[in-house]
Amino acid sequence: MTEAATAPHALPVEPATAPPARDLFSKFDPLIAEREALLATGVRDPFAIVMERVKSPTEAVIRGKDTILLGTYNYMGMTFDPDVIAAGKAALDQFGSGTNGSRMLNGTFRDHVDAEEALKEFYGADHAMVFSTGYQANLGILSTIATKGEYIILDADSHASIYDGCALGNAEIVRFRHNSVEDLDKRLGRLPAEAGKLVVLEGVYSMLGDIAPLRQMVEVARKHGAMVLVDEAHSMGFFGEHGRGVYEEVGLELGTDVDFVIGTFSKSVGTVGGFCVSNHPKFEVMRLSCRPYIFTASLPPSVVATAATSIRKLMTADKKRAQLWDNARTLHRGLTDMGFKLGTAQPDSAIIAIILDDQQQAVVMWQALLEGGLYVNMARPPATPAGTFLLRCSLCAEHTPEQIERVLAMFGAAGRAVGVIS
Amino acid sequence: MSDRQAIFDTVTAQIEPFNKKGIALEEGTTFAGDLEWDSLTVMDFVAAVEDEFDVLITMNMQAEIETVGQLVDAVQKLKQ
Repeated sequence: MTEAATAPHALPVEPATAPPARDLFSKFDPLIAEREALLATGVRDPFAIVMERVKSPTEAVIRGKDTILLGTYNYMGMTFDPDVIAAGKAALDQFGSGTNGSRMLNGTFRDHVDAEEALKEFYGADHAMVFSTGYQANLGILSTIATKGEYIILDADSHASIYDGCALGNAEIVRFRHNSVEDLDKRLGRLPAEAGKLVVLEGVYSMLGDIAPLRQMVEVARKHGAMVLVDEAHSMGFFGEHGRGVYEEVGLELGTDVDFVIGTFSKSVGTVGGFCVSNHPKFEVMRLSCRPYIFTASLPPSVVATAATSIRKLMTADKKRAQLWDNARTLHRGLTDMGFKLGTAQPDSAIIAIILDDQQQAVVMWQALLEGGLYVNMARPPATPAGTFLLRCSLCAEHTPEQIERVLAMFGAAGRAVGVIS
Repeated sequence: MSDRQAIFDTVTAQIEPFNKKGIALEEGTTFAGDLEWDSLTVMDFVAAVEDEFDVLITMNMQAEIETVGQLVDAVQKLKQ
């Protein structure tokens, strides 16, 4: 036996230290400098807004001031629905505050199953799988269903969760130009005929609020033997006869035209969570193979209980649907008439984007609106397509005609003050 | 003219509309560093190159391509 093996491994009295070879935060210096330069001009940080109170789906108190919310994605205004709140409270009382586990182990409660049943009813689907967020639904489904040697073909303007789902998996990733059926066709045509392929589309694109030509795109995808996934996060509740999304609106069907629909609870459903529905006969195997489903905590019972109740109410929310479309048309027309440049020629969806020249103009305009009592989202590259600066409005079915009128007046005043319109 | 030289000439011609700073294009010119392209410019440029040569440059391949020379090599390989 050697001496080294018998001697205790004591730490040196004064361990040698050295500074890191390189500060890993150095790469963020340009971003830090840009933010500091922006704040040095005296504007408030558009990405650090705190809601002190939320009074309704359309009103909050920000810095002590009553503010109209026009950026929340609470399209159907379900966050304060009395039935939804009651369901959440009852689940909180019966099942406690959390699940302490993954869906695969001890994290599946009655209300997780009920939320999946509600989704199956809503979509007329054979299978539904609930994830902890919409982001994780894309992360999980995309990284699991396409793997090495297979292809995912996605729109260049796809949401970050779609890109990240692709990055987590091992499939080959191919982008096509935003909403170009011809570009999709061309790129699918260059792929090996026998390879597994998944075309990923979105019903509504969240930055400009434009919709995809889904009929033509699905036709092209099928022509090349690809499966189709549509993310309907921004359309659930108010597109199509049953509120299933743009794919339903244009006459496509789950199972025959579309293989998977991804969605979220954090928009029209008014709570938190994500899901995928499908009629694929083998879909349930995803529960055994999808890492962002298995290796994370399941949603609290109160959250899934609110989701189940909200989804069932959305099935018959015709009046809300009509009001939301009415609000979108009124706002779009009013802003167009004032001379603002919008992301879409007509109100394609409940998102209306105002396109501005640069960051400075966008932030000053955003601040002028906030001081007037209106909150909208400011979006900037790289989140925006074509590197544009946007003020993004998302309407709610609960916005009243009076509120829309006030919103338009505030846009007019701020737009003239900043020089965006004359 | 060699096949590779022809590809190099075509690629550099494709770069020109996106070469806002008039950088001299050589084998070692980098897209992110020298040309200072953002992800949107890369997307437009890659689509143009794909259509010119009728090839597919996946995002996985793009991650490995940093210089003009590497892109020319990749296109040459894809065309075989």
